[in-house]
Amino acid sequence: MSGRTRSIVVLAAAIAVVALAALIASGGSDDNQTLDERVHEIGAGLRCPVCLNLSVADSPSKLAGEMRTEIEKQLLAGRTPEQIRAFFIDRYGGWILLSPPPRGWNLVPWAVPIVGLLAGVVLWLAFVRRRAPRTAGEVTESEHLRIEHELADLEEPG
Amino acid sequence: MSAGVDETDEAQADSAVEPDGNVLSRRRWRTVALVLAPLVLFALLLATGLGRDPRELPSELIGQPAPTFSLPRLDAGGTLDLGELRGQVVVVNFWASWCVPCREEHDALAAAWGRYRERGVVVLGVSFEDTREAALGFRDELKGDWPLADDPGSRTAIAYGVFGVPETFVIAPDATIAAKTTGAVTYEWLTDEIEGALRAGNVA
Amino acid sequence: MPALVGTLALALALALATYGATAAIVGARTGRPRVVESARTAAYSLFALVVVANLAMLAALLANDFSLRYVASNSSRATPTFFKMLALWSADEGSLLLWNLVLGGYLAAVAFRFRFRRPETFPWALAVMFGISAFYLVLVLGPTTPFATLAVAPPDGGGPLPLLQNHPLMAAHPPFLYLGFIGFTVPFAFAIAALITGRVSDAWMRITRRWTISAWIFLTIGLVLGALWSYGVLGWGGYWAWDPVENVALLPWLMGTAFLHSVMVQERRGMLKVWNLSLIVGTYALTVLGTFLTRGSILASVHAFAESIVGPLYLAFLTLVLLGGFGLIAWRRESLRAEATFDTPLSRESVFLGNNVLLLVLTFTVLVGTIYPLLAEAVTGGKVSVGSPFFNRNTMPVALLLLFLMGIGPLLPWRAASPSAVLRRLQVPMWAAALTAALLALTGAGVVAVIVFGLASFVAAATVAEMVRGVRAQRRAHGISVGAAVGSAVARNHRLYGGLVVHLGLIAAVVGVSWAALADRSSEVTIVRGQIVHAEGYDLRFDGLTTLEEPQRRVLVAELTVLDPETADEVVRLQPSLNLYPSASEPIGTPSIRTGTPFNGMVDLYASLVTVENDTRASFRFFVNPGIGLLWLGGAVMALGGVVAAWPTRPRAASPRGPKRLAERREEVTV
Repeated sequence: MSGRTRSIVVLAAAIAVVALAALIASGGSDDNQTLDERVHEIGAGLRCPVCLNLSVADSPSKLAGEMRTEIEKQLLAGRTPEQIRAFFIDRYGGWILLSPPPRGWNLVPWAVPIVGLLAGVVLWLAFVRRRAPRTAGEVTESEHLRIEHELADLEEPG
Repeated sequence: MSAGVDETDEAQADSAVEPDGNVLSRRRWRTVALVLAPLVLFALLLATGLGRDPRELPSELIGQPAPTFSLPRLDAGGTLDLGELRGQVVVVNFWASWCVPCREEHDALAAAWGRYRERGVVVLGVSFEDTREAALGFRDELKGDWPLADDPGSRTAIAYGVFGVPETFVIAPDATIAAKTTGAVTYEWLTDEIEGALRAGNVA
Repeated sequence: MPALVGTLALALALALATYGATAAIVGARTGRPRVVESARTAAYSLFALVVVANLAMLAALLANDFSLRYVASNSSRATPTFFKMLALWSADEGSLLLWNLVLGGYLAAVAFRFRFRRPETFPWALAVMFGISAFYLVLVLGPTTPFATLAVAPPDGGGPLPLLQNHPLMAAHPPFLYLGFIGFTVPFAFAIAALITGRVSDAWMRITRRWTISAWIFLTIGLVLGALWSYGVLGWGGYWAWDPVENVALLPWLMGTAFLHSVMVQERRGMLKVWNLSLIVGTYALTVLGTFLTRGSILASVHAFAESIVGPLYLAFLTLVLLGGFGLIAWRRESLRAEATFDTPLSRESVFLGNNVLLLVLTFTVLVGTIYPLLAEAVTGGKVSVGSPFFNRNTMPVALLLLFLMGIGPLLPWRAASPSAVLRRLQVPMWAAALTAALLALTGAGVVAVIVFGLASFVAAATVAEMVRGVRAQRRAHGISVGAAVGSAVARNHRLYGGLVVHLGLIAAVVGVSWAALADRSSEVTIVRGQIVHAEGYDLRFDGLTTLEEPQRRVLVAELTVLDPETADEVVRLQPSLNLYPSASEPIGTPSIRTGTPFNGMVDLYASLVTVENDTRASFRFFVNPGIGLLWLGGAVMALGGVVAAWPTRPRAASPRGPKRLAERREEVTV
């Protein structure tokens, strides 16, 4: 095998290994969450009203602890995460959700990374493919002088 | 020093690139305008944030049925049950001994309580994130005399969407929430809202 | 007395700033170097005066001069001396004094640095910096003055906010952040100067290269210290909450990093000129946006200082920076044509451009997320929150892509790469990734772990391979020892090796952060004294409470012993505490942390005290956080890499210039 072919084979093998590994890894699921984990999951999406910008799950404040207890009570009473979230929204307003639901105007922040990425890829391709007409030739005198000047700048320490 | 070099260079470049000064300078200004427009919009957008209080939140509960509660009394024995007070105007005030504005509003609450008591208006204080001792000490110090309740687990505070103290709710005789305010209440606000709720009760 | 001295010093400084800007501009336009010289002297004097103002405030704090409103609000007799000094920057007005100090320092440093060889852009850059100084001096003299006096001096002050006097980290976090933010003023000033004078060659970038890297290093350290503060002091078990003020500190870091990469493309190939100017204007504008959002009372945040009149002033300044900077770029568009184009997508330039694109996507995501609540309120009137779940979900994919580029970038040469050479260089990293992925998958880690750590191995292997390649080349060329080869390789190319070290640091941080995110666990436990409770794989025993009386607070320290469940050996004794300050409504908890090291499996054991009933019962939050130690290590390595990259090269001996040597010179241009 030539060096190039060998490299390709090696790469392909490596990718195959990774893919296989990923497939094996994704076989397991985590449907069996403990009550604590479920409280944590719902709490992580709610904003602690008292300490700004922390979630109910993370916040060390007393009210957050009491809200976690409330969530636990409601889960034990059989309510769904959606219902529990609605409970808090009814009382505190949409502000209590740490992540704006992607509806209406709230689609804007969600759209930015996707649109941005697409626009970025387009921009990247445009830059990388641009071919300006550039005649190869002698360095003109003004360019020569300019190079001198810039090299002089380069000589400066730092 | 090397000023001479750059200037001639630039002059040459200029003459090479800009044969027709007018067209290009107009194009220049158009580019500038195109670039600046979205930036001005951005600045205007940020300007909308000025003059707003970032901590102020509207209440979801105005017009909704007031969440009922049955809480242990702090200042006496027994329980305080909101259901028993249906048909009356109720002022529910969430407070705490460690809260400075709660001290400031105490006089306003006392005055409103004194004025509207005979007309069946009830002022209730619900303790928020506080200990019995501290709460009663506050009461002893400031000498209010309306009923006080303890809120174990803050379930009632959560039910009312309280995120700090003081918060005061005015409940109409039909048991819906007529008004809410955050921060220290004023006597004027209290009288306005209580009168309004009383009128609504009479009409209905 | 201090108020008088301070105010006077600041007023004189403002006068000097005005004079300096005028003199610099006049001197430049009329070609009178002596006038420019006087502006330089003004810079030194301005700095000296701001130092005096800061010292005046420091003296007032140490002397308990409560006639100053700032001292009365932020210090007290009982406050320990160390924290009295820190009160200088613990609140809005005082930190603005520090801001002016750092700005004055950079102004003086620029004046000093360019005292002999002065580029054409120097007077204009100086003028821009004087102008910026003037703005911040106006703020600290006017609406946000720390030298406001009270008619009647209270007998004692209220003391600093309890959270700000709990930990010595308060000393380091703001200064490093400010050195970072304000450091970007220098390249910005020179960029504006270049645009104004029309000298838009690469000179402005080369002159300020080390300043930019230094600012970046400081900002990196400041951000890591902020995370350390959040983790070690605030006690919620996390290190980054995507709080608006945290976000606005991150934004210039992201754009500044993009800038540091794309300048290399411009230096090498003469491309991306408009891009680079826009990036530096953008980075500086983001630092101004930061001051606006933090101090203009726009967003509710843990940090936000509240001042209502200054908001419009900050906004006006921000608008001026944006319109002025981008306006000038648009105006000079014609002179900024690229001299070359990208030859092929498979080149280092293209990867750097990709890096820029991704970093900008991250910047905009975080920016929009942070100010979206403002937009929503303006349009719909309702209040909306954008917090951690949103930011984590939307930055992760882009961050992973960026990680990938970080791996292949150094493997690709400039201009063009032959696909076979690239494939050859990819072998070792790909094998590293595959092995890691396979190992993790077989031990039951989830998809996310496999992908993230596989990618991290890829990048780490690629980076190390690149370093090894360079060192090996030196050995072969000069037949020297490994140590000498390393030294010589680095000396030939500081920026490349410094950059590679930064990448390694970043990978360490990413691994640490991801590991923590995937595997951290916590629970709340209530333990009766002497009892043992099992939590998160450890046995916990509450051994009692100690009360410490300090002049400014009472500290309740709980003894929590962590035991190995199988052997009953003591793993560590943690001492989380509650600090009760007379002015605070709730006690401030200080967590106790056993930091993870390679010797204990890199796992942090973290406990915070929630409540305690005398000596008998206590409630704790107990966290097991793997990998956090790598975040701090990674941060330190990144800073170190930055220092290597910025290290001054020995000045080359002068050599004759002629057309032939020009070609050789071009080759030698440092990367």
